[in-house]
Amino acid sequence: MPDLKQRGLEVYNWFEARLGLGTPLIEVAEHEVPANTASWWYVFGSAATVIFVLQVMTGILLALVYAPTASNAWNSLQFLDHNVRLGWFLRAMHGWGSDFMVAIVLIHMVQVFLFGAYKFPRELTWIIGVFLLLLTLGMAFTGQVLRFDQDAYWGLGIGASILSRVPLIGGPLVGLMLGGPIIAGNTLSRFFALHVFVIPGILIAMVGMHVWMVLRLGINDYPMPGRLVKKSTYQREYHELEKKTGIPFVPDAAWKDAAFAAAIMLAVIACALWFGPFGPSGQPDPTIIQTAPKPDYFFLWLYAVLAYLPPSLETPVLFIMPVIGIAALILLPLLSGEGEKHVSRRPAAVLIVSVIAVSLGIFTHLGTYTPWSPIMNAWTSDPIPVSYLHNRTPLEREGAIILQNKQCRNCHSIGGEGGLRGPALDAVAAHMTEDQIIRQVLQGGGNMPAYGNALSPSETTALVKFLTTLRGNDLQPAIDASRHVVSAAVTATPTNSQ
Amino acid sequence: MTPSEQLPQTDHTTTEPAAEFVKDPSIAAGHSRRTFLFKLALMVNGAVGVVLAIPIVGYLLGPALKKTSADNSWINLGPLSNFPEGETRLVSYRNPITTDWDGQTGDIPAWVRRVSGETFQVFAINCAHLGCPVRWFAQSKLFLCPCHGGAYYADGSRASGPPERGLFEYQHKISNGILMISAGRMPTLANEAKNVTPLTQIDTRIKGSSAAKLSAIDQPQPRCSSCQT
Repeated sequence: MPDLKQRGLEVYNWFEARLGLGTPLIEVAEHEVPANTASWWYVFGSAATVIFVLQVMTGILLALVYAPTASNAWNSLQFLDHNVRLGWFLRAMHGWGSDFMVAIVLIHMVQVFLFGAYKFPRELTWIIGVFLLLLTLGMAFTGQVLRFDQDAYWGLGIGASILSRVPLIGGPLVGLMLGGPIIAGNTLSRFFALHVFVIPGILIAMVGMHVWMVLRLGINDYPMPGRLVKKSTYQREYHELEKKTGIPFVPDAAWKDAAFAAAIMLAVIACALWFGPFGPSGQPDPTIIQTAPKPDYFFLWLYAVLAYLPPSLETPVLFIMPVIGIAALILLPLLSGEGEKHVSRRPAAVLIVSVIAVSLGIFTHLGTYTPWSPIMNAWTSDPIPVSYLHNRTPLEREGAIILQNKQCRNCHSIGGEGGLRGPALDAVAAHMTEDQIIRQVLQGGGNMPAYGNALSPSETTALVKFLTTLRGNDLQPAIDASRHVVSAAVTATPTNSQ
Repeated sequence: MTPSEQLPQTDHTTTEPAAEFVKDPSIAAGHSRRTFLFKLALMVNGAVGVVLAIPIVGYLLGPALKKTSADNSWINLGPLSNFPEGETRLVSYRNPITTDWDGQTGDIPAWVRRVSGETFQVFAINCAHLGCPVRWFAQSKLFLCPCHGGAYYADGSRASGPPERGLFEYQHKISNGILMISAGRMPTLANEAKNVTPLTQIDTRIKGSSAAKLSAIDQPQPRCSSCQT
């Protein structure tokens, strides 16, 4: 054994004498960091890097089989899932890895923001980090496109439609994105190039710079309330802290990074085994229009925002908000590079993070069940509750059939079934009079199309008669308050009203 | 392994004394000529870079700089008898510009509405909001979009929801009892600003005298840039 160890050392020395990388790397690993940086809060950056390595590895393995052409991509995914041994598992790892990577990059960013780590002298580290977030999201979107299914096809359509709204150069931008007149082979090829060559290349270079700066400038010391960052004194204070409380990064601080990275990897593996790969959903055949395209999890919030913006605000918000948002992130360390780091003394930071987190959470939640979308098959699949047909006249029951046949259910729910785009109709007669219902049905208004052209007078009568019977749990029917006044006036002076 | 350990040492022994001897300022003094040559070489590289950039940028921007009209051509949608009067039907056609490896993505659907006689409207499948595929509901006479709930009336005009305009329409003509449309590009909002004449006006023009009809049909350029982008 000692002989073997001796031989091993000799081989190492042979390489080290020529390469000379071992000693500096060991020095880097063992460099002293302030003891208070060995925190469980400081593990997200390394975890994101580890998942990135996982993504690169699984991505290369998937590329061994994936066929990046519009005609074959979907089939090659099916082949990976069903014909290649463990192909499904690698697809699942890559898919879940991407979800975890977006999540951890976001958590890392929030932690850095709340710990004031972006302040002097780490401004550029933060700015590069902002680009790393954008590149990660770029990988997420292009990766979703490579899963070339219905969602990917129509997702590209949404992307092209958004780009087409850019003033002046919208048309050329769409051409640039699609690589041709329509979403087709060239589109997939250029997204493949982006996902596999361009973005990962930039990502690797920027991760390198990011990590280099962390090593050069030191890990952010754990904030203490009242210990302010001053450009004139910070470096000296940090070096004093390093000298007084320094511990070697490996292993004294790094064991937490290693443990967390292992836990995250296990979580990715567990999700991949338990839930399996994402999709692919239907074939990318645009002539199959029975589809409700939806983006992947991390873009659901944007999908929801696009549903709620008023038409006139949509284009400005789409192009001004991202510019403001990214500019704010980049300018943040330049404008507030000094001062308090501790979160308990930075209420605005907490407020900003809370508002953004709650907004993203709400919009993402809405995106999971899309209440703004008509349910296309509700009119044939959701029956009218039997109790709503009891003791109804034939005309009213005819109205129920018309309600069903005219696809009202696609947007309006009855008995808890149907679309959520319009209000539920269970108690419609309790807050609208017959006249108001007639007007609403024929002329539309609010967010409802006019049905005057789609309904004959007899159909309208039957439909409205049925709707007037819907009063929830026997609520009072809505009444026209002005009727009383008019009828009182009529009885008082009958000749005047004529 | 002693030779390997000696390797850097031997390197040092040979280079270190040499480095001490080389520190002769007179050699660095003649530096301006080399600086000039280096700058000249850089400039040549810059010129080569520019020459190289022209084809590269041209290649990259090729799809962006292509004229809209170049992609459009007349496409046969089938005989008029395929389209009963008063009905709206889904058709699909092979895009005029495709490659073998486009697969199914080269097949583009569209909605054909035969209002009456030879009066047609051909709508793009793409919602004017964000391009999702709209579906026709004959009973309620509405096009509904599954993505964000955009709704359009039978004539393609906006009914409700987030779209800011009606459905995109393809220019169409009828020759020898065959319905043809001018298409080739995915319709988006991009050219809307350039086009102030909605296609519905062509419809009304076509309805007029037969001479006007012919002149409208024989327009070589698409009239409606908004629907052909």
